[in-house]
Amino acid sequence: MYPAPFRFTRAKTIEEAETLFGKSQDARYLSGGMTLIPTMKLRLVAPEDVIDLNAIPGLSFARRDGDRLVVGARTRHADVSASPEALQAIPALIHLASHIGDPAVRHRGTLGGSIANNDPAADYPSAVLALNATVKTSRREILAEDFFTGMFSTALEEGEIVTSVSFPIPRRAGYAKFPNPASRYAMVGVFVADFGHTLRVAVTGAGPCVFRHTEMENALTKNFTPETAKAIRISPDGLNGDLHGSAEYRAHLVGIMASRAVEAALA
Amino acid sequence: MTAITLTVNGKTVSADVEDRTLLVHFLRDQLRLTGTHVGCDTSQCGCCMVHLSGRAIKACTLFAVQADGESVTTIEGLAAKDGTLHPVQAAFQEHHGLQCGFCTPGMIMMATDMLARHKNPDEDKIKKELEGNLCRCTGYLNIVKAIRAVAEA
Repeated sequence: MYPAPFRFTRAKTIEEAETLFGKSQDARYLSGGMTLIPTMKLRLVAPEDVIDLNAIPGLSFARRDGDRLVVGARTRHADVSASPEALQAIPALIHLASHIGDPAVRHRGTLGGSIANNDPAADYPSAVLALNATVKTSRREILAEDFFTGMFSTALEEGEIVTSVSFPIPRRAGYAKFPNPASRYAMVGVFVADFGHTLRVAVTGAGPCVFRHTEMENALTKNFTPETAKAIRISPDGLNGDLHGSAEYRAHLVGIMASRAVEAALA
Repeated sequence: MTAITLTVNGKTVSADVEDRTLLVHFLRDQLRLTGTHVGCDTSQCGCCMVHLSGRAIKACTLFAVQADGESVTTIEGLAAKDGTLHPVQAAFQEHHGLQCGFCTPGMIMMATDMLARHKNPDEDKIKKELEGNLCRCTGYLNIVKAIRAVAEA
């Protein structure tokens, strides 16, 4: 399958990429390309310009910065998985990154690309939201709470580029997902992060956009056990129902995945 | 059209490609390296797996222009110059790690990548690492056996 014709440009700097984007009638940034390229092949999108971000230096890293772990936007899932700094700081993030797609996808796919695309079934948005991360862009800093605004939509403006994500390091955290057996996207994925003073639970795959589950957060704050998570009745209202599973099925999975995430956090 | 220069199986290659050309079509149609197969063409089956600067990737999900300045290894680049098979190729032959053979180049490119990243993967690890490679003959048993044999050797 061939995408519709487009013009490819490799940007050398963030500034150059933004300038190219501004000059184009219809441009897309290319990071890992694991969603963009298949979508272009199906001609669901047909941009005039594809601006490649892969040659911009300084966007691929994972490093400790005080009580935070900062990960460059173009850090590929395989590199996050293999990062000793990330493993030491937030092992749950390693678990998440090493279960995205398959090894070939993890060799290309990037953190920035995943959150900018905000697929309702993507893994990373749950970590960004549960860990209360700050998304750094070419223009500003955006709190996770304000970043994910709906299905495939974010607070990013036209042409704005994610440059890194700064994750506060929790006392303990866990991620569990029930992967779609074909695509490995999350049918439901739950990220639980315990900071001692606060506890956050973010759910991906189940709804049109990643969301926090406050009832689960309150219950787990009182009693951080897998049984507590499992005992919470999850309403199917507003959850996704499709050929892979009904809203009721996904609601059930939220409790199960949350209990497994707590188990992982306690391990 | 964009002029690209890359290394393919150790040789420098320069060519003009349309920007929308996928790496797999560049390899097959322009370089006539037809060992890299197009299976599903939707980034799932792994029949088009090649190494891009040492890492296994799906050549149906990368534009040829993205490989400019990089090195690509295909199944044709694995055997020694005198024709001696790569140990993974030899193991697939020895353990009959194929039925129809269509997925085999991708399986072997994934296996070599996997063995470079993991010293001695057990059966479970091998199966997990083959997540992105589909064999429609369902001949996985001997594929896993072949990879285990190389890991143990």
